[in-house]
Amino acid sequence: MSPGNFVALAVILFVIGAVGVLVRRNAMVIFMCVELMLNAVNLAFVAFARMHGNLSGQVIAFFVMVVAAAEVVVGLAILMAIFRTRRSASVDDASLLKY
Amino acid sequence: MTGSLAVATTVAAHAEATLPAVGVQRAAWLLLVFPLFGAVVLLLGGKRTDRWGHLLGVAMPLAAFAYALIAFAAMLGYPAGQRSRSVQLYSWITAGAFKVNVGLQLDQLSICFVLLITGVGSLIHIFSVGYMAHDPGRRRFFGYMNLFLAAMLLLVLADNYLVLYAGWEGVGLASYLLIGFWQYKPTAAVAAKKAFIANRVGDAGLSLAIMLMFTTFGSVTFGGVFRHPGAASPGVLTAIGLLLLLGACGKSAQLPLQSWLLDAMEGPTPVSALIHAATMVTAGVYLIVRSGPIFDLSPDARLAVSIVGAATLLFGAIISCAKDDIKKALAGSTMSQIGYMMLAAGIGPAGYPFAIALLLAHGFFKAGLFLGAGSIMHGMNDEVDMRRYGGLAAVMRITTLTFGACYLAIIGIPPFSGFFAKDTVIDAAFHSGGTGGWILGICAVIGAGLTAFYMTRVMLMTFAGKRRWDENAHPHEAPPVMTWPVILLAVGAVGFGAWEILGDRLAKFLGPVSGYTPPEPAVFSTSGIVVLALAVVAIALAWAMYGRRPVPGTAPAARFPVTAARRDLYGDAINESLLMRPGQWITRLSVYFDNRGVDGLVNTVAAVIGGTSGRMRRLQTGFVRSYALSMFLGGVLLVGALLLARI
Repeated sequence: MSPGNFVALAVILFVIGAVGVLVRRNAMVIFMCVELMLNAVNLAFVAFARMHGNLSGQVIAFFVMVVAAAEVVVGLAILMAIFRTRRSASVDDASLLKY
Repeated sequence: MTGSLAVATTVAAHAEATLPAVGVQRAAWLLLVFPLFGAVVLLLGGKRTDRWGHLLGVAMPLAAFAYALIAFAAMLGYPAGQRSRSVQLYSWITAGAFKVNVGLQLDQLSICFVLLITGVGSLIHIFSVGYMAHDPGRRRFFGYMNLFLAAMLLLVLADNYLVLYAGWEGVGLASYLLIGFWQYKPTAAVAAKKAFIANRVGDAGLSLAIMLMFTTFGSVTFGGVFRHPGAASPGVLTAIGLLLLLGACGKSAQLPLQSWLLDAMEGPTPVSALIHAATMVTAGVYLIVRSGPIFDLSPDARLAVSIVGAATLLFGAIISCAKDDIKKALAGSTMSQIGYMMLAAGIGPAGYPFAIALLLAHGFFKAGLFLGAGSIMHGMNDEVDMRRYGGLAAVMRITTLTFGACYLAIIGIPPFSGFFAKDTVIDAAFHSGGTGGWILGICAVIGAGLTAFYMTRVMLMTFAGKRRWDENAHPHEAPPVMTWPVILLAVGAVGFGAWEILGDRLAKFLGPVSGYTPPEPAVFSTSGIVVLALAVVAIALAWAMYGRRPVPGTAPAARFPVTAARRDLYGDAINESLLMRPGQWITRLSVYFDNRGVDGLVNTVAAVIGGTSGRMRRLQTGFVRSYALSMFLGGVLLVGALLLARI
């Protein structure tokens, strides 16, 4: 299978994730879309690594996974705290921090 | 042979070296420490010194006077050329080439002033014990008075201009505190401020003169400046002289900085006596005479001094002729007498001894007159309007006699001090040469006639005629603590002047400092006889106007010259229209420019930035998804730009 297909899949996944982040209100879903975008990028890294015969891309994929895990830990904690106080996981409700 | 010797001594006199002090004179700093100690204890001690504060306040000047007498006796023990002694206390400022030591110089000139300041000052302090007996602030009053003496003594004892300047400023401060002593009276507070500001103008002149001296001679000590004054160009010497004159005008209330002196009468009467007789106004004369070596080389500056003196002596005398307030009449008289001293000082070395002689004589009779006025006010419920006096001779015998003696002294009736002191000044003015000398002399003669007129007017309105008192005034003689100082001053006024002038005692004594040896004693000069005749005419005129006719209770309506004199010859009006109003315009213009111009620019910039930020602020909606969208669009733009750049 040619690497182009992997890249195309990565682009599709990334666009789905990006649109999800922009249009969904539920913070949980937004997190999942962010994960989708990260994984799309990971897929692109690995595909390009394979294409160029260079290991750097694969190493970076591991780094991205670690960062994503850390981000999820912190993000979910915030999400829990917000949900406990406001009984809602909608990001549009949490709009107090403004002008 | 004798002539050439005299010239030689005159030339050598200026180079008279100042020797280090030995013996008792080494403790000259005691002169400063006594009054300063009194001031510190009384001002910092607070209420617990109230009970005995005035006693300490009197003891300190007396102690200083006692020491001054000892130092004077020691000085007389030295031969004439070695009487200038200095005491170096400590090094004050050391900055590269600029070194200032705090040093005291005891020479013939400064000892004259020290004796006057401490002697007359002590008598005024004793008088104040009685005069201020019922004032709740008596302790504070004595503290300020002691501070005044300390500052004045520092001024006359300093051996360099910078330390002199410190004393000069101290005198200004003390006079401010004392003129505004009753600060709850708005007039007193305003008068104090006025005195301070007028003095600041003069102080600016003195400080510029000191700076100019340092750049020219590289030194500010008397020794350093006077060693080779000829090394400077005549223009610089004239500039220094004129700046010194400006300083002297401020302290001595000479034209054009005279306006504060009449208002300074708002202070308690002993303060007026101290300012007018022993301290403060004499400082200007001291400065001119002390700076003699500079003025000797600058005829223009000398001429300016003489002109200022002649103008002021007429100015003050004319004002005095129309004043109904006894203290203001005496204040105008002080301006006039100091004018005589300045006139004499402007003549040069030949005039210095006469200026100092008149200054010392004036110290006695003017202190006597002011303290006499204080006694009268003490008995008349603080009334100062002479139209409410009249017939006081019958109830205040001692005051009448002492005031009368000082009166005869000031108008220059022969055996009294004023005659000898003033006549020599007038004579010196005529002999100063040329048409200028004649003009100065004629001014001085006219001034003497006016002096006789206004002083006779004061005498007649106060002590003679019908009683025009308030119903609740019960005039009585002052207690002995107030009469005795005045009696001593009157004795001094009667005898001292004659003693110091006859046989040129003072001129010979001051010779090494002033650089002038008097030729021969001349008692009755032509001008003296003219002055005497004029004085008799003026007395007769005053008698015709105020003695024969009854004095109206309120000032009658008058025409031009009298109204002008009543308004201080428009001194305040001139200051107001020439200085105050334009000053206000400038401030208003600056304020307008500041508000509209500077502030306008700054405020516009601020408003533009503020308004823009206010609008930009609206972008922060708090909706996370809109932030995400802007980040996304930003990312797209970035990637697009990268791609484009690559292509």
